[in-house]
Amino acid sequence: MIITIASGKGGTGKTTVATNLAVSISSSIDNTPVWVLDCDVEEPNCHLFLKPEIYTSEAVGVPVPKVDKEKCTACGKCGQFCEYSAIVALKTVPITFPELCHGCGGCSLICPEGAISETKRRVGMLEKGQSGDIGFVHGRLRVGEAMSPPLIRAVKKFVFKKGLTLIDAPPGTSCPVIEAIKGSDFVILVTEPTPFGLNDLTLAVDMVKQLNIPFGVLINRADIGDNRVSEYCQAEGIPILLQIPDNRKIAEAYSRGMMIVDVVPGLRETFMDLYFRIKKMCGQQHNEEA
Amino acid sequence: MKKPKELVVISGKGGTGKTSLVASFAVLAKNKVMADCDVDAADLHLILKTNIRHREIFKAGKRAIIRQKDCTGCGLCLTNCRFNAVKMIQEKKGEKIFSIDPISCEGCGVCVHFCPQEAIDFPENVCGEWFISDTRCGPMVHAKLGAAEENSGKLVSLVRTQAKKIADEHGQNLIIIDGSPGIGCPVIASITGADLVLVVTEPTLSGEHDFKRVISLTEHFNIPAALCINKFDLNTSITERIEKEAQEKNIILAGRIRYDKEVTYAQVEEKAAVEYNSSQAGEDIKALWEKLKTIL
Repeated sequence: MIITIASGKGGTGKTTVATNLAVSISSSIDNTPVWVLDCDVEEPNCHLFLKPEIYTSEAVGVPVPKVDKEKCTACGKCGQFCEYSAIVALKTVPITFPELCHGCGGCSLICPEGAISETKRRVGMLEKGQSGDIGFVHGRLRVGEAMSPPLIRAVKKFVFKKGLTLIDAPPGTSCPVIEAIKGSDFVILVTEPTPFGLNDLTLAVDMVKQLNIPFGVLINRADIGDNRVSEYCQAEGIPILLQIPDNRKIAEAYSRGMMIVDVVPGLRETFMDLYFRIKKMCGQQHNEEA
Repeated sequence: MKKPKELVVISGKGGTGKTSLVASFAVLAKNKVMADCDVDAADLHLILKTNIRHREIFKAGKRAIIRQKDCTGCGLCLTNCRFNAVKMIQEKKGEKIFSIDPISCEGCGVCVHFCPQEAIDFPENVCGEWFISDTRCGPMVHAKLGAAEENSGKLVSLVRTQAKKIADEHGQNLIIIDGSPGIGCPVIASITGADLVLVVTEPTLSGEHDFKRVISLTEHFNIPAALCINKFDLNTSITERIEKEAQEKNIILAGRIRYDKEVTYAQVEEKAAVEYNSSQAGEDIKALWEKLKTIL
């Protein structure tokens, strides 16, 4: 089962929910292997809390064109074809702009002379490790790199078929978020009860509905603002999965990279219960993996 | 006439208070244009109360669509697509029906070009909408990216260009830009060529980690940066550590804002923190703004 934790607005507590849910389940439910995939590759933070031992690290690249000047006849077909202006040919041997390339491979397919091969442009690093019983994978986007989806796709290759995979998504509603959410069985949308939280939640709800994935809302710092988020969820028939109250102890534990289930009594059980309820909502039996 | 200056507020980590700060700057600054470049989760309009006077569709990129009546089911599109966007949706009596998932399609055109039946259309894609609005704090350019859409970077560039156009036409000397979280495409599009980036972070391990990454980004693009730590009193030792790192990198310490629940109450009443009476954080923001004016 794959559960993705997402939110329109940043800083609402995605990472807190993902990591604490993982720890609660792996420490309490036998025979449920848990994987955490941090797909917020621009600003990955799960490792600060799970403190995994990283045992492999590899570069992830996207294929970009490499032109063989000897074979090129400057016909210009590659440049006319490219939708991203990543290869430009003005009656000359083409010039490539690897940072604009999406790696579709069209130019090398179209070249009548077979003059275009592919090389890799590094977009970031993929790191794999272990934190207690929790398997851990994250991507770290190279600073200055604009394109995160290829790296997110690389992280998602580690989706574990058995057991539970928890995906920490980036904030927002655009392509990196879609890449992280696609293929999930359930999405937890984390928000806070403020006008910004509500507005960004409605955008995130639109997005998850388009992807046709079951979802529910978790309201974090549930007592800091007003009731409009709850009212919205009720009006739209969206289940409110959990409300976590604002608590200075939580904020301080978070600031130091601690697990909040270790500072708030009973929270571990609350997260386990959340997991069982989500399983039920997805129509799966508790012992399916056994 | 002097070129208007661009101040961009970014954070790396989300939810550190970018939009709350920008709303307060909008109230404090004179003779400026506002630009909300957080196009996939725009919130500034909730505080500044926009009165839209111009709106336009934003088109970017293309999407491949198979015309079923012309498709012979050869499956070449499935073989060629590197984005797993082509789905085989039915296989009855040996007949294969292919379709393209619009969400996975990157608009590269490979399937379109190589389809032996020329059975794939490739129309331009409507990705969102952008607006010019009047607010109580002056003109503002903002946008809304469609749900599950791409091309946020291009939309950010468009919002910035429009804001500059307004500033040039009406003689405003400052553009205040609300950026998005992260360090990827929309952030890069919002900071390249700007005059000053203000990084807002919070004193948590995540805030510190993300601050380092976002500062490497401003260094990478060689853009002057200033730092502000929001809720600095949540963990003063991390605050001091972040400020020390900033100084070592020649980043200007522009200010600290204390943790103050009034900032949230102001937002609930749809006001900027500096407009909300008795907000102590509001006083910190005023001091921060005075400092920023001297840097710009």
